[in-house]
Amino acid sequence: MTTATPRRPLPTPQPEWDFYWERTKAHELWLMRCKECHRAYFYPRPLCPYCFSRNTEWFQSSGRGRLYAFAIVHRAPHPAFADVVPYIAALVELEDGVRIPTNLVGVEPDPARVKIGMPVQVLFEDANEKISLPKFRPV
Amino acid sequence: MRQDLARTVAIVGVAESDQVGVTPNKSALQHHAEAAYNALADAGLSVKDVDGLFTAGLSTLTTAEYLGINPRYSDSTSIGGSSFVVHIGHALAAINAGYCEVALITHGQIGRSSRGSGGGQDETFPVSQFEAPYGIVGAPINYAIACSRYMHVYGEDRTRQALAEIAVATRKWAQLNPKAMMRAPMSFDDYHNSRWIAWPFHLLDCCLVTDAGAAVVVAKADRARDLPKKPVWVLGAAEYHDHSLMSQMPDLTVHPARDAGQRAFEMAGLKPDDIDLAMIYDSFTYTVLMSLESLGFCGPGEGPDFVWNQRTAPGGEFALNTSGGGLSYTHPGMYGIFLVVEAVRQLRGECGERQLANCRIALANGSGGSLSSAGTAILAID
Repeated sequence: MTTATPRRPLPTPQPEWDFYWERTKAHELWLMRCKECHRAYFYPRPLCPYCFSRNTEWFQSSGRGRLYAFAIVHRAPHPAFADVVPYIAALVELEDGVRIPTNLVGVEPDPARVKIGMPVQVLFEDANEKISLPKFRPV
Repeated sequence: MRQDLARTVAIVGVAESDQVGVTPNKSALQHHAEAAYNALADAGLSVKDVDGLFTAGLSTLTTAEYLGINPRYSDSTSIGGSSFVVHIGHALAAINAGYCEVALITHGQIGRSSRGSGGGQDETFPVSQFEAPYGIVGAPINYAIACSRYMHVYGEDRTRQALAEIAVATRKWAQLNPKAMMRAPMSFDDYHNSRWIAWPFHLLDCCLVTDAGAAVVVAKADRARDLPKKPVWVLGAAEYHDHSLMSQMPDLTVHPARDAGQRAFEMAGLKPDDIDLAMIYDSFTYTVLMSLESLGFCGPGEGPDFVWNQRTAPGGEFALNTSGGGLSYTHPGMYGIFLVVEAVRQLRGECGERQLANCRIALANGSGGSLSSAGTAILAID
């Protein structure tokens, strides 16, 4: 599944995202939700973006969802991506109720094969010794 | 919105920098300066009259010093390409509050010829953390993602036809604008055969990358009436933003212009049917399609019918982006100010070959970020 690994810009984890990247390193996807309004949200932050509550918590996602929107990138936006075009830039809607930006892999980057609404499942691509990126493949 | 604020200020001067397009011999600040000089000349005002200074993309500390202006009111609000339309509302507020009387809004960018890196995203920001690692970088990819959702909801074939209609019609307007970069004819085949940038976008769905500057002068009503050119009244002005990252956009088919536009119309006491000219930010063909719907020119999903059969081309029923837009005229990075320049010129009757026969009320809708922000202004001439 992890063919064509790009020499891409990798995240420099910031304090509120250390936990997120620690868990992805262990090939687990953790998200945050609000204990007041009970909505999950992405990206993680210590305040609920829906109700401004600070009463929030981490939870582990099932990693299952559906393709919500996508682009098939033909012109690399940065030289680091020149050797991986065409690739699929995607938004996945997780069954936990959040949308997450990602890549869809394991499918031809062809609009005839990539369909919005198709069920997808998370996988983890080990980019280096510190960072593993959650990506998605069709199931 | 306060309807009593309508017609309290007017746009009294507009201009581009001396040359727009490809200017390897000029810096971004030179474009600011030329545009400011030309717009003040257009207004019949001196730089000494300017007491409010507005810009985006850099601090007014930089532009003020370069221009030799010591402003009493300073606004560097920078929320993407819509910023300069947003500044009109800010100028209206500042002038009515007595903070300044003559507001100068300047823009200059050299997207095409820049010798610098242009900055880039701060690696500590959410976008660098959660989108850039996936190659979700830059406007074409972000907007293409949004467009795919529209196609899914409202139909791929009719959306594709709408994007083509917009690209082709906009090029026809550019052919009538001597300052436009792209003036060669564009056929529907040219559109469909142009290479993919990021599906669903062809090359010809995407705006240009140019060097350009522009400036707009806004003045208090009593000052405006004494100046040589007919005042272009600000009837309504509003702004809104609802996300920064594309992945945070609440609805990929709805532009934040839905909120800004509604309040701008309310302030003006007008409705979409009253508009003679719509200048709608066309960073991409899709930006126009969704903005038309969100501004209320047609209903959700009706955009493809609205632009069908070259309805927005020269001679068509609905005048749209008569300068040739960001798609074919110029787009240096943040294009919003050029919407205002063209709207004012059409209202004044200064557009030569592309002049509309009856243009009394115009709307400029700026868009910024990843379809993140909107600035809507409704302008009119007596």
